[in-house]
Amino acid sequence: MLRYLSRRMIVMGLSLLAASALIFSVTELVPGDPASFMLGTGAQPETLAALRQQMGLDQPLPLRYAAWAGAILQGDFGTSFTYRTPVAGMILERLQVSLPLAVMALALAVAVALPVGLYAAARRGRAGDGLVMAATQLGIALPNFWFAMLLVLVFAVKLRWLPAGGFPGWSDPAAALGSLILPSLALALPQAAILARVLRSALVETQGQDYIRTARAKGLTTGQTLRRHALRNALIPVLTILGMQFSFLLAGAIIIENVFYLPGLGRMIFQAITQRDLIVVQSAVLVLVAAVIAVTFLVDLAYAAVDPRLRRA
Amino acid sequence: MRIGLILGGALAGLALASAALSAFWTPHDVSQLAIAQKLLPPSAAHWFGTDHLGRDILSMAMLGARTSLAVALVAVGIGMGLGVPLGLLAAARRGTWADEAVMRGNDLVFAFPSLVIAILITAVFGPSAVNAIVAIGIFNIPVFARVTRGAALPIWTLDYIRAARVAGKGAALISLQHVLPNVASLLIVQATIQFSLGILAEAGLSYVGLGAQPPVPSWGRMLAEAQTMAVLAPHVAVIPGLCIVLTVLGLNLLGDGLRDASDPRLRVLR
Repeated sequence: MLRYLSRRMIVMGLSLLAASALIFSVTELVPGDPASFMLGTGAQPETLAALRQQMGLDQPLPLRYAAWAGAILQGDFGTSFTYRTPVAGMILERLQVSLPLAVMALALAVAVALPVGLYAAARRGRAGDGLVMAATQLGIALPNFWFAMLLVLVFAVKLRWLPAGGFPGWSDPAAALGSLILPSLALALPQAAILARVLRSALVETQGQDYIRTARAKGLTTGQTLRRHALRNALIPVLTILGMQFSFLLAGAIIIENVFYLPGLGRMIFQAITQRDLIVVQSAVLVLVAAVIAVTFLVDLAYAAVDPRLRRA
Repeated sequence: MRIGLILGGALAGLALASAALSAFWTPHDVSQLAIAQKLLPPSAAHWFGTDHLGRDILSMAMLGARTSLAVALVAVGIGMGLGVPLGLLAAARRGTWADEAVMRGNDLVFAFPSLVIAILITAVFGPSAVNAIVAIGIFNIPVFARVTRGAALPIWTLDYIRAARVAGKGAALISLQHVLPNVASLLIVQATIQFSLGILAEAGLSYVGLGAQPPVPSWGRMLAEAQTMAVLAPHVAVIPGLCIVLTVLGLNLLGDGLRDASDPRLRVLR
């Protein structure tokens, strides 16, 4: 188990290294550097050269990358060009909206998909199964931001149950959670549809196995065998999809934040793009990619917890 | 499942046909603004009504279909064009450093959701429809590389491959002549899935302004423009969304139907 864990950790470290190098080199392609941006077009060449030297911009690319990555490891993402504040603080503040949103959506997706998948698998081939599967087909085809607009029209404009957008801040937790309900619903349902389908087919696939037949033979009902025996064995494909869905949820959250005017990471990225605040874009993208890589690592750990055979791999 | 295949084919065909037709003809000219006719509800003259600039929504939706389908199609092309050869290479050189390099490269690209790639490209080069194609295309590469490698690996153990080796064929020739035809049906199914995912991704990207730029109509941007007007004229927000849902649904049903048709064993399971 320790060997599996350390190997996974090395892979995660290397992925982070490669991803950060990629992000750094891509943003290096932008014409002009921070020094010329800070001084404007009318700057004297000598002043520019001095500032470049001061900022370390005259160093070769690998050295600059090392300095950048080293600073990030100490929590220093640099300073925003437009706001003149540390980027790390900006990201932390925005994560207080984006992270709860993604987690709520993921929890909601699982909470919906689990009973739906189990129900469809238990009723395989019957009308209930067909109906559920048709509904999930529709759910998969639904663009989350359009679904979000429809939810706003119904629950915020017509029924006035929930706010149509904006975020009151965590000082009022109930209002804050309330303003995240529609966004997380919009994010979660299309993902729940995918998850329910994967769960159903994984469960159905276990039905031909010997241990299921044994469980049935000793008198368990279809529902009992599904919940007690098949579910655990169907978890591997479900975990794989869950891990992939987290990156979809993060990306989806970036879009959904725009529908609901939520001050999250996504809104910050789009503002930064229009303001050409490259260091903010670079840092936010790094945080998103690091989150995806970290979740991949967690999924690998979960595999080992679910399937003991993998620990020896 | 036969119904799914037919329904899927019909929906996808409808989207393709209206996209193709829009190249020659649309019911109204959308480059002409008619503010006096803005936000009209559906009528005989404008089947889907008009938008906030008085443009015919049916015509806009047809042109939007062209943008969506073209972006998703080219992105699938990029994904297949680079991913399939990489997957074939990894399978032919399984267990070597080449296989390892392809697979680790895949993992790396997988950590970048297409939206994140689009954000990076836009930050560097500015927004354009090409960004969407490149971003979704890059995202598709590891998908096709994995599917190809996974499907090709068991084929390399079969007798007729060994026979081809004995006949003196090299790995590249065997990959092309024997492996590729045997994984082709799986790749076509995957292409349908990536095509429908590409349409969803393109809609999302153009909704947040990272895709097609005005005046090129796209479903995602129609929805972005409709957002503030959805309360006054719901049809402005409903029609483009329905276009996306029906097209994606059609392609998904088509993909499922094709998969079942190509693999009879699946019919028993379903």
